[in-house]
Amino acid sequence: MAKFLAKVFITYRKGILDPQGVAVEKAAHQLGFTSVKNVRVGKYITMEIEAETEEEVKREIEEMAKKFLVNPVIEEYSYQIEKVEE
Amino acid sequence: MKFGIPVYPGSNCDRDVGWVIEKVLGHEAVYLWHKDRDLKGVDCVIIPGGFSYGDYLRPGAMAKLSPITEEICEFAERGGLVMGICNGFQILLEAGLLPGAMLPNKTLSFICKFVHLKIENTNTPFTNLYRKGEVVRIPIAHAEGNYTCLPETLKEIEENGQVVLRYSSPEGIVSEEFNPNGSLNNIAGICNKRGNVFGLMPHPERASEAILGSTDGLRMFQSIVEGVVKA
Repeated sequence: MAKFLAKVFITYRKGILDPQGVAVEKAAHQLGFTSVKNVRVGKYITMEIEAETEEEVKREIEEMAKKFLVNPVIEEYSYQIEKVEE
Repeated sequence: MKFGIPVYPGSNCDRDVGWVIEKVLGHEAVYLWHKDRDLKGVDCVIIPGGFSYGDYLRPGAMAKLSPITEEICEFAERGGLVMGICNGFQILLEAGLLPGAMLPNKTLSFICKFVHLKIENTNTPFTNLYRKGEVVRIPIAHAEGNYTCLPETLKEIEENGQVVLRYSSPEGIVSEEFNPNGSLNNIAGICNKRGNVFGLMPHPERASEAILGSTDGLRMFQSIVEGVVKA
């Protein structure tokens, strides 16, 4: 068994208004960061998963996303997997 | 008639609903613990408002995984009457018993106030004692009531008459001006295609006694009794 660190990023889907993103963008502009555009505020979830292979970790993440981590009506997600050296 | 009220960690309107059922309506209310699987032979389930599991991940996302929710889903599939109020509505959406999802209010703030609602569909077990087009006054209290769904879903629920309640002016004008949270088409409450599952953001249990400032919500509970007892 190897240990993996999974990083899951969840944001609202394109086309879904993200009121927090809009507020952060306005604040950035107010502070002079006028080139900032399309701010999206989301969730960042990390988890350690023990598995034989990275493929197995992928399957677990995608299954969790489908079952409860992500609501596909409003959200989309991506993830990264790192092997944890012990 | 026997009503079941599921109680999740963080539910906080369960006793209010129970009060209306028992003290105002004079019917039986039983509480259903989230870890249990026994619906205790109830005729109708009312999922109360609150913050089940602290709204962790998304409102309703954790509660949909509770054993009692699985039982409620099966009950609904058999045609059982299920109503979800506020967080209860969010749970019904997450559980897939109703279409769509909730986003944070467009104002990003928690809104707690009386609103006006236009009754769009009276042909449901939850609204049969109202008049179509009638405007009622019931409070909302939520941070995530900004209803949204895919364009094809919206088309479908509109065409099927599944939109039961809309935010409106006291005269029944439905426009952005009277939309407190940014909800699509001013949607405040919807039912499933079959009509036995109903979710709404407003709190009818907080508008069922004159001392609370409105009794407009009481007819929702009375509608349920009307349908079940007279059937």
